Amino acid sequence: MRHVISVLVQDHPRVLNRITGLFARRGFNLESLAVGTTHIPGLSRICLVVSGDDHTLEQVEKQLNRLIEVLKVTDHAEPHVERELCLVKVHVAGVEERLAVKDIQEAFRARVVDVAQRSLILELTGDSKKVDSFIEALRPYGILEVMRTGAVAMSRGERTLKVREKKEAV
Amino acid sequence: MKGAEALLKALEREGVEVIFGHPGGAIMPTYDALYDSPIRHILVRHEQGGVHAATAYARASGKVGVVMATSGPGALNLVTGLADAMMDSTPVVAITGNVPRALIGTDAFQEADVTGVTMPITKHNYLVQDVNEIPRVVKEAFHIAATGRPGPVLIDIPKDVQLEEFTGSFDVVLDLPGYKPTLMGHPKQIERALDALEKAERPILMVGGGAQHAHAELLAFAEKTGLPVITTLMGLGAFPGNHPLWLGMPGMHGTVAANRAIHHADVILAIGLRFDDRVTGKVSRFAPHAHTIIHVDIDPAEIGKVVRTHIPIVGDSRLVLKELLKGAKPLRLAAWWRELEEWRTRYPLRFKPKPHLQSQEVIRAFHEATGGHAIVTTGVGQHQMFAAQFFPVTRPRSFLTSGGLGTMGVGLPFAIGAKIARPEELVLDFDGDGSFQMTLQELATVVKYKLDVKIVILNNGYLGMVRQWQDLFHAKRYSEVYLADSNPDFARLAEAYGIRGIKVERKEDLRKGVEAVLNADGPVVAEFKVYHEEGVFPMIPAGGAAEDMIIEHPAEREEVEA
Repeated sequence: MRHVISVLVQDHPRVLNRITGLFARRGFNLESLAVGTTHIPGLSRICLVVSGDDHTLEQVEKQLNRLIEVLKVTDHAEPHVERELCLVKVHVAGVEERLAVKDIQEAFRARVVDVAQRSLILELTGDSKKVDSFIEALRPYGILEVMRTGAVAMSRGERTLKVREKKEAV
Repeated sequence: MKGAEALLKALEREGVEVIFGHPGGAIMPTYDALYDSPIRHILVRHEQGGVHAATAYARASGKVGVVMATSGPGALNLVTGLADAMMDSTPVVAITGNVPRALIGTDAFQEADVTGVTMPITKHNYLVQDVNEIPRVVKEAFHIAATGRPGPVLIDIPKDVQLEEFTGSFDVVLDLPGYKPTLMGHPKQIERALDALEKAERPILMVGGGAQHAHAELLAFAEKTGLPVITTLMGLGAFPGNHPLWLGMPGMHGTVAANRAIHHADVILAIGLRFDDRVTGKVSRFAPHAHTIIHVDIDPAEIGKVVRTHIPIVGDSRLVLKELLKGAKPLRLAAWWRELEEWRTRYPLRFKPKPHLQSQEVIRAFHEATGGHAIVTTGVGQHQMFAAQFFPVTRPRSFLTSGGLGTMGVGLPFAIGAKIARPEELVLDFDGDGSFQMTLQELATVVKYKLDVKIVILNNGYLGMVRQWQDLFHAKRYSEVYLADSNPDFARLAEAYGIRGIKVERKEDLRKGVEAVLNADGPVVAEFKVYHEEGVFPMIPAGGAAEDMIIEHPAEREEVEA
């Protein structure tokens, strides 16, 4: 089963290594990883997409919590917003193709961010499934390259990833 | 004040009395500062010896063990020992020099990415980039190493940071928002645990290394309830090995009584252990009748990792036992004890006497001669299991062995660390001819510091445990396990170091040999030439269950219905 996990960390050097190293060492399956700073200086937030059964997920959370620089781990089982950003460079040979790609762009509410003689870069934001479908729709026209950020997520409503919440650790 | 002096001052403030180590280029500024420091330094002959000695020092004393090494090769020689300390949850702080900051990442002389290499085998590690951070890093390192589930922490300090002028303060406040170990068990869960035990018909109490510091509370709780007690390899000594409630060690080479008790138990109270595969065998067949497993551990990640847990209690074993004791009542276990007693009397640990000198009788003779009053260290292999079986220790922190990692060669450096931690104790290293040769260079350390340790080499001329597996599971194809053709004369080797060497080859010389070792003034290396075809039994083959227990060698097999 697919799980989206948010992790709040102190942004010390190598903290990302500690997390990816943990996944490699324990044999956890990591589908995507996105990381960025937060509004609080010194804290970064990581979003992990992990697949595994309940036992594995319990271990993922517990093992993450053992890391000294991890402040909070949340498995987004509750209603949450999930987004991924994707850039696709697609080959457009002539006017007809350009128009067809434009149709797809409009249907997905993507944006054109670069126009060249024989290619376009499209930018799309959405959940991972939407991004998958977008790429599939463009595939027949000749995709030149794709870059996806991996999912980022946030709980709906007032729930937040609290910093000072007591965490069980060792 | 230079960074190096600040480092030593910070160590002093943590109460460090001894550092085990070996100097080299990138740690020289710190060794220079050490010249004027009140901290005692033990110069080992290989960094691995240093980290193992620091580990044993920590286990024997309950304090944090400290080891120091230079960059690159020096630091990398700590790797096995750090992994060993990690697996057996031992508080160790390792300090390593590194190349100057400007050279990091350039493949400089004696450079290695030590924080990268040790990341998975330390509880935490640091690369110090700012000299004024030294007091904070040292304080955090000792706190992290010693609290919660103990473990090794490494501090890597570039040479130029050691040389830089320190202008910071030593008054630092711990600020680790992501590290808050849970110490007190949840009262509701403790209540549930007591309730489950009260209703149980066949309950058992299993304890591991995480209960070594809780020995007094453990004894009181066991005696109050009358629960049978099983101690894992790491838990030996946490409960007295001569107590009527003690059933012995569980698992691969555990006693019949302990393994059967687990097999038939309906409620298991497990404290400070992690259900290692050498304890459980095949997990799906482990404790098949246990409807309730209560697991007390300070590390939440251990709960539910291997076995299903019905009542999880996250907390410090000593504090949880204190709470359990408050509500403990004498349990009505007469029927259960009748069964246990029968298994215990019918299947004591034993061995078939042979005309040759046997490892088991050597260890037993030492146990009898000392009344079990010693700190025992071991290498890894058959002799280790024989020591666990035939030298039941009665006090905590007195059986020092490599449990989780199974590191051959720890016996001698462990003996050194133990002797330095508790100089008044008799320290006995039961070692194998294979294990001993992995770290024997530390005989020089024994000489240098006049450490009165007794090294007993049970020389069977083979890598005995591997040989035993080849015998049982590889059709007696003894691939690369024969050592006798090239072993040194251990007694003469000892003499070359200026240590008294003793050799015992015949059964009839056993008593005399044991006395000679124990009466010797100063260190001894005693070689006992033992029977090479001996096997460690009982044995549950890897991946097996209590029902698969082999009580004696198949040639003399007596199967046991579980």
